[in-house]
Order: sequence, then structure tokens, then C-alpha cells
Amino acid sequence: MHIDHTTMEKIIKERSTQVHTIGTSAHDLDCEKKSLAGSVSQRACVFCGSRVVLYPIADALHLIHGPIGCAAYTWDIRGALSSGPQLHRLSFSTDLRERDVVFGGEPKLYTALTELIEAYKPKAAFVYSTCIVGIIGDDVDAICRRVSAEQNLDILPVMSEGFKGTKKDGYKAACDALAKLVGTDNEFQAPPFSINILGDFNLAGELWMLKEYYEKIGVNIITCLTGDGRIDEIRQAHKASLNVVQCSGSMMHLAKEMEDKYGIPFIKVSYFGIEDMADALYEVARFFKNDEMLQQARDLVSEEIKTLLPALAPFKEKLQGKKAAIYVGGAFKAISLVKALRLIGMETVMVGSQTGNKDDYNLLKKLCNEGTIIVDDSNPNELSEFVKEKDVDLFIGGVKERPIAYKLGIGFCDHNHERKEALAGFEGMLNFANEVYASVTSPVWKFFKR
Amino acid sequence: MEKIPTLSYIRPFVSTRNACKLCSPLGACIAIKGIEGCVPLIHGSQGCATYIRRYIISHYKEPVDIASSNFSEETTIFGGENNLKTALTNVINQYQPKAIGITTTCLSETIGEDVPLQLSNIRNDSSNSNLPSLFTISTPSYQGTHMDGFNATVLEIIKHFTKKMPSADKVNFFPGFVSPADIRHLKEVFIDFNIDAITLPDYSDTLDNPVWEKYYRVPKGGTPISELEQIGSAYASVELGSFTEVKQGGKNGGKELSAATWLENEHGIKNHKTILPIGMNSCDTFFDILSKVSGKDIPTKYVMQRGRLLDSYADGHKYIFGKKAVVYGEEDLVLALCSFLDEIGVEVALAASGANSGKLQKEIIKHCPEHGKSIKVMSDSDFEQINEECNLIKPDFLIGNSKGQYIAKNYNVPLIRVGFPIHDRIGGQRVNHLGYYGTQELFDKVVNAMIEYKQNNSPIGYKYM
Repeated sequence: MHIDHTTMEKIIKERSTQVHTIGTSAHDLDCEKKSLAGSVSQRACVFCGSRVVLYPIADALHLIHGPIGCAAYTWDIRGALSSGPQLHRLSFSTDLRERDVVFGGEPKLYTALTELIEAYKPKAAFVYSTCIVGIIGDDVDAICRRVSAEQNLDILPVMSEGFKGTKKDGYKAACDALAKLVGTDNEFQAPPFSINILGDFNLAGELWMLKEYYEKIGVNIITCLTGDGRIDEIRQAHKASLNVVQCSGSMMHLAKEMEDKYGIPFIKVSYFGIEDMADALYEVARFFKNDEMLQQARDLVSEEIKTLLPALAPFKEKLQGKKAAIYVGGAFKAISLVKALRLIGMETVMVGSQTGNKDDYNLLKKLCNEGTIIVDDSNPNELSEFVKEKDVDLFIGGVKERPIAYKLGIGFCDHNHERKEALAGFEGMLNFANEVYASVTSPVWKFFKR
Repeated sequence: MEKIPTLSYIRPFVSTRNACKLCSPLGACIAIKGIEGCVPLIHGSQGCATYIRRYIISHYKEPVDIASSNFSEETTIFGGENNLKTALTNVINQYQPKAIGITTTCLSETIGEDVPLQLSNIRNDSSNSNLPSLFTISTPSYQGTHMDGFNATVLEIIKHFTKKMPSADKVNFFPGFVSPADIRHLKEVFIDFNIDAITLPDYSDTLDNPVWEKYYRVPKGGTPISELEQIGSAYASVELGSFTEVKQGGKNGGKELSAATWLENEHGIKNHKTILPIGMNSCDTFFDILSKVSGKDIPTKYVMQRGRLLDSYADGHKYIFGKKAVVYGEEDLVLALCSFLDEIGVEVALAASGANSGKLQKEIIKHCPEHGKSIKVMSDSDFEQINEECNLIKPDFLIGNSKGQYIAKNYNVPLIRVGFPIHDRIGGQRVNHLGYYGTQELFDKVVNAMIEYKQNNSPIGYKYM
């Protein structure tokens, strides 16, 4: 143990390669590493990754096999809206006790699954493994197969033991479970120009806005994985011509698998900010090589911009030259946010993510100005140092970042999965500008010493 | 859009549906936050620390740093000692803490981690000089609830820090899991009685700090370690709560002990135990204890508070008489709320807790002389059971944490938010529940909720109540 009692470390030595300042750092940014013990990472675990990705599937039973904490902390965790069933809003757990840990949790899992299927009649069930399930040797697969045969229902084990990697491995476990459902309905005939939306979770109804845009330009959506998700739609997903993937981290694995298995190509898009939203529609139209569709997309964008730009102007005037810090889960979102902030006159001086990869960070390096700090898998101490050093006016992040900003008297915009305002699409851009404006220019900051 | 499905019938379930409890390490972390300069560290996988942080932050709206030893697949095979060392090193170098409280998890317990041994290896290694105080609590998430973690931590802190010292003119005060505002108020009450109290845990500042001129990695406040060392020298203890005994594993020779009973056994310190002081009856008991311990009359300030509370009981009694309430949460909170609601004429139809001490019903009958016997008590229960019971009860209001909001919405009745967590409002950390002062706040809330409900559903002008 190398303990230094003289000063508080600004950055843990082992983490120094995961922080990069554009223009002055000699090294490349290191990423996709396991979090360092004791670093107080903002990341969660494998289970968390699986749980947030599958959660919006509204007509499925989601049963968490483990002690109560994992279920309690993820109950109704996202503002993922469903247009129909709301079964996903209930939190089911086998609530393992000491006895189950000693004698095995299989009997409890069997009874729990059976009783819940009888009572709630879901379209399918996901069974999430948590940390101790593997350790105590429960054969979750076998129980799922047994109940599946007895109840004549798809029961999908999700291998999401918390310690078996990072949140990203949880995304993969969720994709593995979804891949078993995709392709199970071959009766369905897809209309022309059909796509799947991957990686949108219908937070605050964002998917419904996107659907409207796509429908206006003549694109049909078979299913969204997983926003407003339905089991029967997921079964048909292999009939699409194209997968349009947002949130690169969570759904890339499934997109690649569907490409290999069904030959469905995918494109990566983002729906945050005018530029990226417009590009998403153009790219889809270009994919279908359809001039009429492309023209419709252009018309839609210019129509939206005609009202949006004047609406953004007063915000831009007030926010011009203000500085922002961004720390979010996925780096792809961070890239969009840098652009969206620029649109309202703001400069990003610190940007980071929990799970970004080399490509994401290289893009950020190109996109941001010299002197911008880029950070991977950061923690409260670093973040508080960076926002002070850069003297920012706004911090964009999630629940765990919010009190850091407020304690330092800095404006804050929620951009995590608990948000209640739609921030995607053209309408979302206006909401975003409004929220940033409300926090940055609030008179309350006048009482804070900065 | 459909409604969240609710069963229209009642049947037994072995699964838990919308838990009305949290896991043991969460309670431990909150108690650890009550020591000055102390950082919690969870020995397990990264998710536990992050989820628990997020859950606590969402209530207190404060930075809450909790470290993790970040188990990987290899750790579960070869053991966590090296991870613990790395974690401690990084926490010490980043935070320069005075102490680190290490809690276990279901994972580290199941693979058989011997944290006390690991810590003693670390302490005995001569190259580790000037370590902060390191202590550990066994908190497997498959045992009990967050309250078991909380109580076990308070007991462990005492065992770890207490030194044999000459007797001191001090009183130990164990408030239990109450709001920072409650702790602040009760500390003031002790001062007003001229009692020099050691409050444990005291997160009244660490989890409810004012705004800072600079960022503090370890928030200010908490019980100083120098005070903790004197706990064994106090002349009395005052302990709030009826469910404070620690019964995890075969510890303490299988006995069930609370922090205060341990001190009574080991150091001969007289323990004055009473339920959380909510309501006239339990506040009177609490203030009588302080009067006895200090040898002083109740200060005028509190006599006046009591008088005003009683005055408001007269003003408000009619609006709440016979109203049916559903109470849920931790056993100690549920018990104290039942006692309060019982004395003001509210009919508690259901008292539910996710915990299962086996004593809740007996305690409720003891402390609710009006209707105690007719209160339906559900232990080891969850929110869906409460939801389904409400279908039969048709309650007039719910009182408990914010997680019951969807039930209140379901039946279109008010929810009075108390306890932890209050995630959907600001100010959860500032809710006053205790003493005549806190009871006043609660009483006004209950009466006004009933008047507002009637007003909103009435054709009468209602310019006056």
C-alpha cells in the first residue's frame, strides 16, 4: 500500500492515462478498462446494464433472482413510457434469504416464476441473475426451461451477475436474451421501407416523436428495442431492412448479431440536437436510395427548423459564451451534446463518459477546442476538480453528478435515464435549450460565491 | 395507456413485489456517514456502491461518496484481500479520511471473505503507518433489511472506538434512523437540558450540508472520533426505538443486543429506551427521560411547544377523527406513527413493514391504547400487498415514504411523505418528525391533507375550514 499523507491526490496515478487535455496531453486517452477499486467510479454493474436495457419491454415479466437490494434499487428506474401494458413498472424479486443462500435458490425461483406468470399473464419473462446466484450454484437455465415448458411461455435467463465485468457486459447479456426472441415470428410480412430502432428507450415519450418523423418520410418501424417494447414485435424484428442504432453502447451487440444472422445492415445515429436528428433521417433515406423519401426528409427538417431556430435565438443570446461540462453514461450521447450546446452558443470545456470507446473519444478530440478535458470512467473528486478548474456555468449529467454541481453553485441539466423532459428530436432541442437556460441564468446563483 | 396492473384478489406470494425494504449495506453506509471524517467502503461489486449512492443522493440531495472494492470474476475465485488493499489505498490518498467503515455484501459474505482478518493483516504490515481507523461490519444483503445494517453498524462503531476511560459527565444518544432535521432538533433539546450528549450516528450535517465555498471531499460534520472513544465513560444512554437489537448471525454469543444494551452489559451504563417520540404520549415519555437523566425540569421552551401542540389537537381533532390510515415503512417508524395516529383519533387500518422482527404487532398493541387491537399488522410485506389490501380498506390517506405514491395515486387519496426515501420531492432531509416540534409539523400536515381533500371534492365555497 502506497499511502501519501501529505496531500489529497487530484487524480489517482493509475487513472492518469484516462484523463486527456486536448493540445497538451502527450498520451492517448485510455478507456474500456475495469474501474479501479476505491476510485468511487460513477459506473454501476453488469446487472444494471441488463436491467436498464430490458426494462422498457412493457408486457414482459422482469424477475430479479437475488437478495432484495438489486430489485429495490431498480424499481421503476427509468421514465420509459409504454403506450399499453405497464407490467414493467412492477419490481419482482425472489428476495433470497440466508436459508436460500445455504440450501440453494432454485426452489424459490421455480415457485416465484410460476406464481407470477399465473397472476400477471405476461407475454414472456426475463430472469436476471445477480452476484450470488452463480456462487451458490443455482441452475437458472434449467429452472427457466422447466417453467417455460410447463407454462408454454418464453422465459429468458439474463446472465447479469454484477461482478462479471462492467455495465457494458450487462448490455451484451441483455442483447443475448433479446437475440433469442428475434426471429421467432416468421409469419409476419414487413411492409417496404421497414426499420428497427435500436437503443431508444422512449424516455418521456421521445420514441413517439421519432416515430412521427419517420412515418412522415415514409419509413415503417417494426419494433423499437426496447422503448415502448412488446414481445411480439421483437419476434418480428428480423424482417426489417435496416437497424438504426442509437446509444452505441447498449445495442451494438444485437445489431452486429442481426447483421451476421439475418444480413440486416445497421447505421449509427443520434437524435440529440438539430444536426444529428436531421442526419439520422437523411441517412435512413439514403440507405433506401429513395429520392422521394430524401426530399420528404429535407422538407421535414426545413419545416421544423423554420420554427425551431427562431425559438432558440433568445436562448442563444443569453447563453452565448457560457461554458459547460458533460459527464454521461455513453460517449455517443456526449458527442451530440457538444454539438447541441454549440447550437445555443455554449462551449464544452470538459467532457467524459462511463463507457466510451477509443472511436468515441477520438471524435470528441476532433470536435472540441484545445484545452478541453476529456475523461473516461471519472469519479466525484475528479469531476469536482475539473468543473472548478474550468469555471463552468453548466454541468450535464445524472443524479450522482447533480449535487456536485449544486454544491458549487453551478447550473445543471439532467441527461440520464430518469429525466422527465423529452430531449430528443427537434422538439427535444427546444426543451433542452429551455432547461439549460432555466438553470444557467437562474437568479439564485447570485447568492453563491464562485 | 393502461394502469399499472393491480390484482383484484389477495393470494400468497413467495416472491417480493415492489419491496418495502432496502438491503443491509445501505443502512450501514448511512450510519457510517454519521462519523466525522469517515468514508464508507462496500466490499463487493461496483454496482452495490453506485446503486446505494444513487438511492441515498436522491433523498438527501447531497454528494455521497461510497467506495467499492470492485470485485471481478477473479476476485470471487481468489478472494478480495488485494482488492480491499487497493481500495483502501485509493480512498486514503484521495480523501485523507479519519476512518473508513467497510461493509460486506451478499457476494463477499457468500464467498466467505474474512474482512476482520484482512484488516488485521493490513494493520500489522509495518509499511502501513498512520492508517486511518479501519472497522468492518458484516452486512450480507440476504439478511434482514437496511435497518439491520444500520443497527449493526452503530453497535460495531461503539465496539471499535470505545476506550476504557475515567467516567465522564456525558450521555450517549442513539436517535436511530431519523432525518437530519430530527437529529439537529434533538441535539438542541439535549443542550437545553444541559446534557452533554454524544450522538451516534450524527449525519445531521454530513447528509444535509449548507452550500460550500469550496468542495469538501469528506463533508463536514459527524460525531468526532474523540467523542466516540468516550462513549463507554458516559453515565447514561438514551436509545430511541424498539427494534434496535442486532441479531445477525451467531454474533454476541447468539444474544440480541443493541448498541445501548451492549454498553449496559459491558460498561454498566444505564440505558433509557423509548420509542421514537412522535405524538404527545411518546414525547412525554422522552422528555421525562431527559428530565430524569439531567435532574432538571423540562425547559419552558418545550413546555410551550407541548402546549401549542395540544392546542392544535383541539383545533384539528374533528377533521381527522375516524379517518382510515395506512402506515408503512421501517418497524420503528411504523410503531411511532401508529402511536401518534392512535392518540389523535385516526383509525390505522393497516401497519405494514418489509422487516420481520416478529414483535411489531405486540409493540403496536402496547403503544396504541385506543385501537391497537384492531390494527392489521403485516410484517415481511411489500408494496403490492399493501396496494391489494388498500382495495379492501379504502383508506383516507397513506403515510410513509415516497415509494407508496403510486398506491395513493391508485386510490386517489393523499400521501403524507415521511421517513426515507423521499425521492420525488425536495426537503426529505428536512422533514421534522420528532419531539413536540416535529409532531406539530406532522399533525398539521395530516389535518390539512384531510381538509384539502374535502375542499377539492366539495361544492361548498370553503373559504373557511
